[in-house]
Amino acid sequence: MSRIVALITKEFLALLRDPRSRFVIILPPIIQLIVFGYAATYDVTDVPFAVYNECPGDQSRELLARFEGSPYFRHVATLTHEEQMAPLVDRRDVLLVLHVGPQFDRQLNTGGVARLQAIVDGRNSNTALIVLGYVQDIVTNFNLQRAGRGGVPAVPVRLEIRSWFNPNLVSRWFFVPGIVGLLTLVVTMLVTALSVAREREQGTFDQLLVTPYRPWEILVGKAVPGMVIGTLEASFITAMAVWWFRVPFNGSLVTLYVGLELFILSAIGVGLMISSLSVTQQQALLGAFLFLVPAIILSGFATPIANMVPLVQKATVVNPMRYFIVIVRGVFLEGTPAHLLYDQFWPMALIAAFCLTAAAFLFRRRLY
Amino acid sequence: MMSTATPLADSRPAAPAEALVLDSVTKRFSAAGREVVALHDVSLQLTPGTITGLIGPDGAGKTTLMRLAAGLLWPDEGTVHVFGLDMRHHGHQVQASLGYMPQRFGLYEDLTVQENLDLYADLQGVPHAARTARYRELMRMTGLAPFTSRLAGRLSGGMKQKLGLACTLVHPPGLLLLDEPTVGVDPVSRRELWQIVDRFVREEGTTVLLSTAYLDEAERCDDLIILYEGRLLGQGKPDVFERPLEGRTFKVRLQREHHNRSLEQKLSTLPEVVDAVIQGDAVRIVLREPSAVEAIHRALDPLGVVDIEAVPPRFEDAFVSMLGTRGRQDADKPDHDNSSETATDGTQPPRSTADVDLRIPTTDDTRPVIEVRDVKRRFGDFYAVKGVTFDVARGEVFGLLGANGAGKTTTFRMLCGLLPASEGRLVVAGIDVRRTAAAARARIGYMSQKFSLYGTLSVAQNLRFFSGAYGLRGRRRAARIRWAMEQFQLTSVANSNSGALPLGYKQRLALACALMHEPEILFLDEPTSGVDPLARREFWHRINALAARGVTVLVTTHFMEEAEYCDRLAIMVEGEILALGTPSQIKERARTAERPEPIMEDAFITLIQSRREQPARSGEAKREA
Amino acid sequence: MPSAPELQSGNSRLSVEPQRGGALMRMRGMLRKEFLQIARDPSSLAIAFVLPTFLLLLFGYGVSLDAKRVPIALVVEQPNADTQSLCGAFEHSQYFAPVYTHSLPEAQRAMLTRRIDAIVHVREDFSERLRGPGQAAIQLIVNGVDANTARILEGYVNGVFSQWLIQQVSRGSSVPKSRVDVEYRVWFNRRLRSRDYLVPGLIAVIMTLIGALLTALVVAREWERGTMEALMVTPVAMREILLGKVLPYFLLGTGGMALSVVMAVWQFDVPLRGSFASLLLGTTLFLLAALGMGLLISTVSRIQFVAAQVAIITTFLPAFILSGFIFDIGSMPRAIRGFTYIIPARYFVSVLHTVFLTGDVWYVLAPNLLALAVMAAFFLGLTRRISRKRLD
Repeated sequence: MSRIVALITKEFLALLRDPRSRFVIILPPIIQLIVFGYAATYDVTDVPFAVYNECPGDQSRELLARFEGSPYFRHVATLTHEEQMAPLVDRRDVLLVLHVGPQFDRQLNTGGVARLQAIVDGRNSNTALIVLGYVQDIVTNFNLQRAGRGGVPAVPVRLEIRSWFNPNLVSRWFFVPGIVGLLTLVVTMLVTALSVAREREQGTFDQLLVTPYRPWEILVGKAVPGMVIGTLEASFITAMAVWWFRVPFNGSLVTLYVGLELFILSAIGVGLMISSLSVTQQQALLGAFLFLVPAIILSGFATPIANMVPLVQKATVVNPMRYFIVIVRGVFLEGTPAHLLYDQFWPMALIAAFCLTAAAFLFRRRLY
Repeated sequence: MMSTATPLADSRPAAPAEALVLDSVTKRFSAAGREVVALHDVSLQLTPGTITGLIGPDGAGKTTLMRLAAGLLWPDEGTVHVFGLDMRHHGHQVQASLGYMPQRFGLYEDLTVQENLDLYADLQGVPHAARTARYRELMRMTGLAPFTSRLAGRLSGGMKQKLGLACTLVHPPGLLLLDEPTVGVDPVSRRELWQIVDRFVREEGTTVLLSTAYLDEAERCDDLIILYEGRLLGQGKPDVFERPLEGRTFKVRLQREHHNRSLEQKLSTLPEVVDAVIQGDAVRIVLREPSAVEAIHRALDPLGVVDIEAVPPRFEDAFVSMLGTRGRQDADKPDHDNSSETATDGTQPPRSTADVDLRIPTTDDTRPVIEVRDVKRRFGDFYAVKGVTFDVARGEVFGLLGANGAGKTTTFRMLCGLLPASEGRLVVAGIDVRRTAAAARARIGYMSQKFSLYGTLSVAQNLRFFSGAYGLRGRRRAARIRWAMEQFQLTSVANSNSGALPLGYKQRLALACALMHEPEILFLDEPTSGVDPLARREFWHRINALAARGVTVLVTTHFMEEAEYCDRLAIMVEGEILALGTPSQIKERARTAERPEPIMEDAFITLIQSRREQPARSGEAKREA
Repeated sequence: MPSAPELQSGNSRLSVEPQRGGALMRMRGMLRKEFLQIARDPSSLAIAFVLPTFLLLLFGYGVSLDAKRVPIALVVEQPNADTQSLCGAFEHSQYFAPVYTHSLPEAQRAMLTRRIDAIVHVREDFSERLRGPGQAAIQLIVNGVDANTARILEGYVNGVFSQWLIQQVSRGSSVPKSRVDVEYRVWFNRRLRSRDYLVPGLIAVIMTLIGALLTALVVAREWERGTMEALMVTPVAMREILLGKVLPYFLLGTGGMALSVVMAVWQFDVPLRGSFASLLLGTTLFLLAALGMGLLISTVSRIQFVAAQVAIITTFLPAFILSGFIFDIGSMPRAIRGFTYIIPARYFVSVLHTVFLTGDVWYVLAPNLLALAVMAAFFLGLTRRISRKRLD
């Protein structure tokens, strides 16, 4: 036992005394937290739009006034010719041009259907879709109120929309809990994937192997620092999410930490597997990169798994981060109780068990 | 910029200007907020057409001086002139007639031999017409002709070094700067390199500045520059340094061979002796003054000494006695605050003279401690080791010698349990390594050639870890750590990062770590490579002391003079043992009429050459596992 | 390749001293060396060609913001003809994959276990109210955790609902037909596929990797292996060393670019509305800027490990997050938006989006290209200034 303690102490010292690895442990969390916390957003607010109104009537003015009054839109230009439209959109000065034809008021007053032309810059299809939703919303409301002026509700049904867990649909609430998973994965992987390779490169691995340590003891020695550092980082980000970014935390800490430890174990497994396969740190770094990028992209962290090509969706079952992302968002926002998350727990446990066994096996073979 | 019209001959000024002149040059570096003076007020000049050796221990400023001469650094004070031109203003111009080989040869390992040559020929502007002849010449001299299409990275160390040299010579340089060109290279390659350099000096009038850690090479130089801690200690022909030692150097022989290790220990504690070192079956000593030989006679009389023979001084004697005292003191107390510690001579573990036991350590256990029987190791279809057999007795210092790729490291790794043998029997300390490597590991100490320590851990943390790794705890662990700190003079650096220590310290720390658990067998893989002569000597004093106490030592080395320190040694070539025996027995094999007193290097080269004359079966494949 | 000196001295070796080759010969030597190294080093080829393929496939197939066939729960407490037509509307929409649940708690549970993303709740008294004097209500509950999907989902449901409503009211005569209809015209990306803007943006990220990361690594490698030291003592000039690095990696980058464009157009069916010439111009300028950054990083750090870290943090991450490649710069906080102006990838993403989706619109391209040119000049110039043939 004291031998393992000596080994673990050494691993920690080796990690924390090296300015480079300190840098790897400390800098990415801060940068990523800032970047994802502030820059990563799908929210569409303050949409710049231009008006090209060919109709002098009241109705069109009233409709357009609703856009100007909306918190989502910002009126930046009024056009007088159709030719002015293209440059504005091309240059991204506006995302939306509202075009009201000359017959607009007349058609409405005669009980007909008037058309509002909405020209949207579709280059960013996501933004375009959301802008279209906003336009539709304003126009529907306009219609309803116009019709309602007669006294009786003209439309017999209305749609009540409520969004649970994130009533104002803030992107940050979506991203920040995900960062807990993202960073834990990155840091744990780097810590473990580089550890064996670094010793190999510096020649200390031979030195370690001529001591009476058995392979599993060395494995434990390498795993514990990853565990501790991963847990600490995750706790730090969680704290930042709650107190700095003000993301609600509705679930139980216990559930979160059970999921977290399983997740870290599986990340350590993958990290050690990569480490025991690589001879130099560069190879280990490359291996970690080749695992991390798809693992993050295909985890549902930034884009929903449900939108992926079916084959890719199937492939994500081996990605431990996919499960943890569900857990962490569930615990933060939905307050999901533990029993509803079993389906997320056991695949991670399985991945962890498989990877650690494989790492121990590879490790033993690569002793020579 | 070089004009294309400059004729070849013009790049080397015919004027008899001094090839290199340093005029009171000072160079400082700031590292980690501290300012280090790498060179302090150094003035020197090189005579054209000579070989000048640049000699000094680690960190003396040899590489800095080389880089100043090459124009890679500018002096903070003073001037550097090459062929009369100031490097600060005419560096670019001068570089057209410079050849510079940095420590790692400056080769592109992913290019072939030919491509490396072409690159440097292009960069040096060697005209195409002149190339064919030049290449042929260079390839013939270096013996690389059969390998022109091989990647430089796949060459052995010796071949790389020769290719590096060839690349600096594609355009005949006026001044050739070689920074430790012979480090880590086997004796045969070393000898060949010297032949090439000699020829160039003779035929093309090249001026050479060459730094080296091998003191025997110093004697081949026309002129020597000795640097120590950035200061110039002296410049002159080798015999200028040797002259003061006339009449002070002797060889001491005992009746029985095995006594010489203890004898050396005894001698080095005598106040009259400046330096004592084992040389084959004798101990070579340097005395403070010629008359002291009487005192030695008196001191050794009761021990049955047969003879004390006067021998001519070597440069090594001069170097050690010049730097010895100074080096030992300074190396042991970088902070100059622990004078109490250096009061006891740091070169060896404090042992009172009375303790020295000149009897051969006799035990009832006559079984060998290490038994190697027909051991083979295969990598794919290549045999790195093909059937090796030897025994090592308790308390013996056993050396494994061989060129790069001879299979000595592979054999070594198999013995430590780092690599399983493909065939054969390996018994270490009575345990079959092929079966229970882990059990054997608790009884061995291992020190690798790179002094592999955890560089980011402090000295104390390294010691704590290795003692813990071997299961020491509590009071015993604390005692061992204290022992290591004191024995190896590490107290003053206990809290420094081991990676930032000078090489000599690293080596001591590595040895201390390997000894934490008091192993009965010590494996040393090139334990002195890259370490300067003084630290090397100190290291061997320690090893001798350990062996005298019954620790079995197995060591690999490149240094031929270190082979003399071994009780027995095996010379390996291409995975086989070519010769096995005591140093004298092996030297005997190279004795000829014109060379009645061969040194180990002669023996080694003779053995290898006799082997090469046999039809080569396995081709040139050189591969180190 | 016969060179001038060779021809000159070929037949008169004895009479004329062979001439020493100049800058041309040195340059050729440097370039040949660099190309040989690239050809032999699997990792630089991998970064230039395998990595783009890998990333493009990953993003092309793995990243999409287009929600289709979203699983929703329909909770209908009292099924009848009215509710059936509503449910039919959801079933026929390509955006939804509705499942029926009988109670709201059951649907909530399904939402917590992520089996559905939204609940459409039709109460017991729906038909009654529909025919009565009051107003009936359909409740839509979306899971707001993924705010973006939720917002898009709301739009979809709104659309389906409006359609159904129009059908409903057009049957009853009491409702006035007078209303405003929105006629959508989506420019540049009519299909509203996220792939069409993600893939061109991704090319900018890939070019950053090749230009900055690869160059930073190869130059740092020369320092680490000690070959830079050997080069410096030859008559080769610093600008020749730098040019010897820029040119090969520029070509390598152009190759990676070509591969990416081919994949984007043929594999992912992204329209290329602009010309190859403008694409090439943008690529050239951006690559020069990225190469300049890579050279600068390695000149300053000289160790591969550090160079890689610095390159990732200063070039790759910003290109990924702050270039407008995934996240709209317009939606970022003002401070961060200001920061994006010093990121070369921002301009390149803009150029790529324009050339791919809009066409050669010069009044859009010109300012971006100008910014890239300024950055390329800045980074290359700075590198040239601080590189000296000395070690200190």
